[in-house]
Amino acid sequence: MEKTLPKIEIIEKYCKGCHICVEFCPTKVLEMKGFVVAVKNLEACIKCMQCELRCPDFAIKVSAE
Amino acid sequence: MAFDYEKYLRPGKLPHIWCPGCGHGIVMKGLIRAMDTLKLDMKNTAIVSGIGCASRLPGYIDCCTLHTAHGRAAAFATGVKMAKPEMNVILCGGDGDGTAIGGNHFIHACRRNIDMTYIIMNNYIYGMTGGQFSPCTPTGHKASTTPYGNPDPGFDIAKLAIGAGATFVARGTAFHANQIDKLIAEAIQHKGFSVVEILDDCPTTYGRRNKYKSVIEMMNRLKEVAVPVKAAEKMTAEQLKGKVLTGVLYKDDTKSDYTTEYAKVIERAQAK
Repeated sequence: MEKTLPKIEIIEKYCKGCHICVEFCPTKVLEMKGFVVAVKNLEACIKCMQCELRCPDFAIKVSAE
Repeated sequence: MAFDYEKYLRPGKLPHIWCPGCGHGIVMKGLIRAMDTLKLDMKNTAIVSGIGCASRLPGYIDCCTLHTAHGRAAAFATGVKMAKPEMNVILCGGDGDGTAIGGNHFIHACRRNIDMTYIIMNNYIYGMTGGQFSPCTPTGHKASTTPYGNPDPGFDIAKLAIGAGATFVARGTAFHANQIDKLIAEAIQHKGFSVVEILDDCPTTYGRRNKYKSVIEMMNRLKEVAVPVKAAEKMTAEQLKGKVLTGVLYKDDTKSDYTTEYAKVIERAQAK
């Protein structure tokens, strides 16, 4: 079965670069690009939603089918 | 699916004023999820706060909100609840606002058992005013006004609330983000004064003075010190040293709440 990739939306103007999402992502999907977070490896995402849950700044939205 | 927080937020207010890594945003998200679970009517819900970082929370949520004097959230909220007993009243604030400046209002709101929910975000410090020590700063820890270490013992907010007469007391942490909304939802449903203490992190004024290298280290500390109530039953006093219990710590459904009792007073007075 083909794996459907989730959509990770990052609202850059809300991100304050606290690193919480990068550190708590179990499969290291996210990385810091300058002061804001960016998606590094979407393939590895297991849709656990930890980044969305823990982001204090409402900056990440994960949409999974 | 992504949770739609925007439905509950005032448009154009984000990004919020909290520092990078501050746990208050996580608590606000928990509160929003709890409001969504309970399907609260936004026009019939009031969030009341005092002054401080945590007390900026009501400004972002699109319901009835009241931002009051320092420490006086409980006093103003009591007024709201007495004028409109059918309203859901939620208070929020920090440890300094709630237990030092508003300590008197806090214990008497607990004693009266008035049907409100108080969310105390305990970050061990006065953040907004410049990092002064609060009654919750642990002994020996540094703040801007205790550069050689705090000599005072800290408050245990949950024990204080139970002792003062609150009928629902729970504790969570900003690390255990999934648990926050469940605790808050249970507290809102409880008829009587409910206190939810959320252990939080303040990387800017507390963390950097107390040798925490990063927000992640502060979050991991919350993970290490927290022990769920059920797990604690099987642990010895030695193992529990330095740990903090989390979950629902106290619940009493037998006590009548203040608005019910006051309605009886009105009835008696009008009968004559």
